[in-house]
Amino acid sequence: MMGFYFNRLVEILPLFLKGLWMTTQIAFISLGVCTVLGFSLGILRSGKSVILKWIIGVYVSFVRGTPFVVQVFIIFFIFPEWGLQLEAFSAALLAMAIMGSAFICEIVAGGIASISKGQWEAAESSGLSRIQQMRLVILPQAMRVILPPLVGQFVLLIKDTSVVSVIGVMDLTRVGWITVIRIPEGLMVFSLVGILYFVISYPLILLSNYLERKMAV
Amino acid sequence: MDGNMLADFNFRIIMEYLPLFLHGLGATFLISTASIFLALVVGVIACACRISQIKYLKYPAIAYIELIRSTPLLVQIYFFYFGLPTLGVRIPEIQTGILALMLNSGAYIAEIIRAGISSVDEGHIEAGISSGLNYVQRMRFIILPQALGATIPPLLGQAIVLVKDSALLSLISVAELTRCGQVLTSERFMPTEAFLTVAFFYMCIYFVLKSLADWSQKKLIFREVY
Repeated sequence: MMGFYFNRLVEILPLFLKGLWMTTQIAFISLGVCTVLGFSLGILRSGKSVILKWIIGVYVSFVRGTPFVVQVFIIFFIFPEWGLQLEAFSAALLAMAIMGSAFICEIVAGGIASISKGQWEAAESSGLSRIQQMRLVILPQAMRVILPPLVGQFVLLIKDTSVVSVIGVMDLTRVGWITVIRIPEGLMVFSLVGILYFVISYPLILLSNYLERKMAV
Repeated sequence: MDGNMLADFNFRIIMEYLPLFLHGLGATFLISTASIFLALVVGVIACACRISQIKYLKYPAIAYIELIRSTPLLVQIYFFYFGLPTLGVRIPEIQTGILALMLNSGAYIAEIIRAGISSVDEGHIEAGISSGLNYVQRMRFIILPQALGATIPPLLGQAIVLVKDSALLSLISVAELTRCGQVLTSERFMPTEAFLTVAFFYMCIYFVLKSLADWSQKKLIFREVY
């Protein structure tokens, strides 16, 4: 029986590769979007505007305080009620962008906060504008603190893409789910799915470990 | 309904479904508590194997930790949910879920404890050796008391992650908090009421645990400065 199912699994391997492609697409598009949004929010959060800080704080708390799957449901089920109809793929990307940017915002804000006051003052007395201070003095130093957890967060984000399968995006997890209904070999099917996720995320884990070792000291 | 987002928010339906939500909240609480305690046991054992010199313990522990960390929890849940029956093991969904959460968090906890242990200053250990303490005594009097201090805040952080992760059990139809939102959505088609209520309850849990984590962090830093 096992052999029979194994052959069928090989038969539908192209479906898994399609799922892998979908997962890779969602992962890398959202990583890009999250990084840009997260850095912008993190920099704004380190700024002087109290109202802006407060708004970002509420947003971050909401994202950190609720499960990602609930956020996905909110976007997929509630946004249409508010007049924003989204197809599964864009809803998935939106959910990933909202969730990921909040976590990255925290990492960036933490990194910026780790830079001593003296650096800001020195930059200011050198006659740099606020934007120049951030770009030329603060961020380059903060990157040492930001980079290791940022790459770690990337790994988490890639894994979190599996959750968007619940709204019908044909990603790896979804492919596994529909396969297991036709081929009742759960261990085999989800081992394969797991291996494919491993292939994408393990190199990033190694990178994150390496950065952590390199940047510590 | 366009435009006036929350104007039509139906509190009556929430009151009607409140017993269901409270039931779900209780289930989430029970699942999370059970999983975190089991995960602590798994984590301590995995960490002990991970840092031991015996390679038959060390490498399996590394494989376990790395495999868990590089695959999504949802895939792990499905692995057990669809996989166990093919092995002839039939356990209720809720136990399958707790098993998956336990093994998942266990790997992260093992790493948290390992980081805590490695944060103990080498000099303290050397001092212990030269005071004539043996390995067990050094563990008990020098390493663990200090490591424990460094691990409590991240362990509370892991507890927060676990509570949120338990929401994924709704996908294998465990009747926890998120599942209540799905039920209300499918029975009455009121997703706004359903999922905002669910989100509200999770936020409450989050703030309690978060303040606990912040408090313990402050307390530890304070003690260190002292």
